[in-house]
Amino acid sequence: MNVQSPPEALKPNDFASDQEVRWCPGCGDYAIVKAVQRSLANMGADPKNTVFVSGIGCAARFPYYMATYGFHTIHGRAPAVASGVKLANPELDVWVIGGDGDMLSIGGNHTLHVLRRNIDVQVLLFNNEIYGLTKGQYSPTSKVGTRSPSTPAGSVDSPVSACVFALGCNARFVGRSVDTNQKVLPGLLQEAKENKGASFVEILQNCIVYNDGVYSSFTDKANVADGQILCKHGEPLVFGKESEKGLRLTPGKMELEVVTIGEDGVTEDDILVHDETNRPLALMLAGMQPPDFPVAMGVIFRDPGQAYDEAVYSQIDEIKENTEAIPVNDLMHKGKTWTVV
Amino acid sequence: MATQLKETDESGREIIDSVVIRFAGDSGDGMQLTGTQFTQSTALMGNDLSTFPDFPAEIRAPVGTTYGVSAFQINFASHVIKTPGDAPDVLVAMNPAALKVHLKDLVPGGTVIVNLGSFTDRNIEKAGYTSNPLEDGTLEDYRLIEIDISKLTLAAVEGIDVTQKEALRAKNLWTLGLMCWMYNRDRQPTIDWLNQRFGKLPNIAEANIAALNAGHAFGETAELPSEISTYVVPKAKVEPGIYRAVTGVETTCWGLLVGAQKAGLNIFLGSYPITPASPLLHSLSNLKQYGVVTFQAEDEISAVCSAIGASYAGAIGVTSSSGPGVALKSEALGLAVVTELPLVVVNFQRAGPSTGMPTKTEQSDLFQSVFGRNGDTPMPVISASTASDCYECAIEAVRIATKYMTPVMFLNEGFLANAAEPWKLPDTDDIEPFPVEFASETEGFHPYLRDEKTLGRNWAIPGTPGLEHRIGGIEKDYDSGNISYDADNHHKMTKVRAQKVLNVADDIPDQDVASGNTSGKLAVVGWGSTYGAIEQATRRCQEAGLDVSHIHIRYIWPLPKNLGDLLNGFDRILIPEMNNGQLVTLLRSEYLVDAESLAQITGQPFKVADLEQEIRSRVED
Repeated sequence: MNVQSPPEALKPNDFASDQEVRWCPGCGDYAIVKAVQRSLANMGADPKNTVFVSGIGCAARFPYYMATYGFHTIHGRAPAVASGVKLANPELDVWVIGGDGDMLSIGGNHTLHVLRRNIDVQVLLFNNEIYGLTKGQYSPTSKVGTRSPSTPAGSVDSPVSACVFALGCNARFVGRSVDTNQKVLPGLLQEAKENKGASFVEILQNCIVYNDGVYSSFTDKANVADGQILCKHGEPLVFGKESEKGLRLTPGKMELEVVTIGEDGVTEDDILVHDETNRPLALMLAGMQPPDFPVAMGVIFRDPGQAYDEAVYSQIDEIKENTEAIPVNDLMHKGKTWTVV
Repeated sequence: MATQLKETDESGREIIDSVVIRFAGDSGDGMQLTGTQFTQSTALMGNDLSTFPDFPAEIRAPVGTTYGVSAFQINFASHVIKTPGDAPDVLVAMNPAALKVHLKDLVPGGTVIVNLGSFTDRNIEKAGYTSNPLEDGTLEDYRLIEIDISKLTLAAVEGIDVTQKEALRAKNLWTLGLMCWMYNRDRQPTIDWLNQRFGKLPNIAEANIAALNAGHAFGETAELPSEISTYVVPKAKVEPGIYRAVTGVETTCWGLLVGAQKAGLNIFLGSYPITPASPLLHSLSNLKQYGVVTFQAEDEISAVCSAIGASYAGAIGVTSSSGPGVALKSEALGLAVVTELPLVVVNFQRAGPSTGMPTKTEQSDLFQSVFGRNGDTPMPVISASTASDCYECAIEAVRIATKYMTPVMFLNEGFLANAAEPWKLPDTDDIEPFPVEFASETEGFHPYLRDEKTLGRNWAIPGTPGLEHRIGGIEKDYDSGNISYDADNHHKMTKVRAQKVLNVADDIPDQDVASGNTSGKLAVVGWGSTYGAIEQATRRCQEAGLDVSHIHIRYIWPLPKNLGDLLNGFDRILIPEMNNGQLVTLLRSEYLVDAESLAQITGQPFKVADLEQEIRSRVED
């Protein structure tokens, strides 16, 4: 279980613990753990100062496979435990791991508040639109009509979009990627870590047993180009094999539409340029659904503000400067006392 | 009044040795403030005292209704007292509803002071009277003093730049002035307080001080009925030292701070506002200069989880709440038990179940504390018996939590949180430090390495090189700390966790007898805030020659090692509790003793006289 102090440069494998990985063969979580390990190595992360905190579910087994500090807590509560870890020691690099049930159902409240407070942690939500560990029930992100053991005739309730929810919570960093996308995911994780404050990353993850292929309409090799759009700040929002398609605001309306450059008089200048600091735009991008729209990936929104932990400690430092921490004996003697002889 | 001698001092004041006064009025009438200020003055006069604030859950219930009545009772004396008093000698009723609710408690022949100005037909009707109680003979057995306090207050503040509404609000200060005259209390502490409180609103301060002085002057000059005299309550003879009046919240707060300092840790408090626990969140939030971090969480679950996270990272995590909030925390408490992290849970108990009666006191969370979690999930439980005792219990909670690597339940009570008593200020140097040593040795490390004696595991915090490890709610292997579903290992780990908590019994004092012999006819066994009432009742019986002892248990789990033998030395055991019989069940199951329950579940403290009668009926042949 021991890991020696880090040598000069750690490799991705140095972040892997000695524990046998117990996810189903072919699970998207394997790709995510690799991406995280690679990302940590790229960033030169220090295992002794890195903490992974998770809730309950398949995704929440994650910390056991990392050669860092880790805390596998209880269902839905990882953001709350992580908040305490970060506030007790702001020097630590804290990652929160959970699935769609963990973070949007039983623990939705904590996800809301960790994002709203802007505590400097990275929240990675592995979204597979299904409950895996409890054997296949529909989840709060499952599409209407999802047939599952608890909804044999199909689910009837509307799903929540993880990124739209995060934006509504006033998250200041919202990104999205696909589990197997080793080109985008490690870089996105690095940007999430570099952001001071709560960084929310939705990772679309394929559950091979209970929801296989749920994302194939835009993640299968043949569908990627037309099914996804990679958001890059300051660059036009284009996609398609030849980058021939793009997004623009429908003239006279507050809504996005897909256009093809060169058709119907559309030119490159008509294409919307991504502004990652624009929350209304981010909400529209995050909410785009297939098949009418490509699924937005990359940094959808980033508008840094003071992190909560930093604000808490700067307040404490200011109070310490102005108020002497007198011995508790003296503190207790302050106020109205009387002497009995 | 307790004395019949009518002894007077040089200024003609009648000397009495104790008195119980109850201030009652609308919840917006400022009765708690009046009581608190009277308490402060009384403390400074050197009397022993005990108070009982009793207020409704509504912040401002409809004016004039009986359910909106707020009361504050103070008992002060020239001797040592332990309870706020069974029945008031004096009732100050600011409106008909206050009279309606509280008159039944007054001692026969007691004094009633009413604010005549509030006895309008409408208010009388709202209180549920069909005729005016001041005129229909309701009060003929009492000494009635009728004063139009509203009118006199308005007159007193005339010329001061306040609205009529603001002026009328000062009538509680007028009343306080009158009581200060009657009982020879110094007004200066209240004047100082008003000037400080309303520093930015000097007109309000001026109006309140004018009302206070006018009430006092009224007493000196008005022709009150001849049987109303003024009184003096001489100083109580108590142990020499420096004293101050404190509530259980203050002492809990200081105890946690001292405990953390003795452990060498920073406090992290995760808390969610709940009656009556919120004042601890407020108090600790004012101690940031000591590095205290307070986190008002989004709910009770986040409150405890953040505290667990903080403990994992090397602080002493604390969470405070009341019964319903602790219920929400219970899954997380199981996590703290299985991950063996230190944590202090302060439960300011209130009347349950569910929302129950939030502002009324009760001690009904003993089962919840000792047993209330899924799985075999033991944790130490300690309980405070007085506001002063909260200080030591808080330190003990930190000590046990860090030494044994376990959550500790500290059972406090709404009654202790709010009630005031004089406290001889302790010296923090009298507490032995118990510094925490975090793990640092990488050789042979795993997170569940245990101290052979205590069985507490080692505490390796993130940031320590070479000790990277993973913990969590899944069962751990005894030898490596890795996840384990092994059957024998789970049996062993369950036993180890239980034994670790039982080992605390080696580390706490033997159970003593609060008063009386260590064996005999009857032991009255209590815990928590019933201490004062039981002690006073048993002492009275002892003075009458009856064979009765009082045993008061602080360590609820594990119980002191000698307790079973001690209990076996008595013919009968009586257990008064403000619940439906919880400690009695625990003791019967642990020791197979024939203990008898005396349950009172009224949201009110026990009365000494009632307990005395219960004791007498069991030992008088």
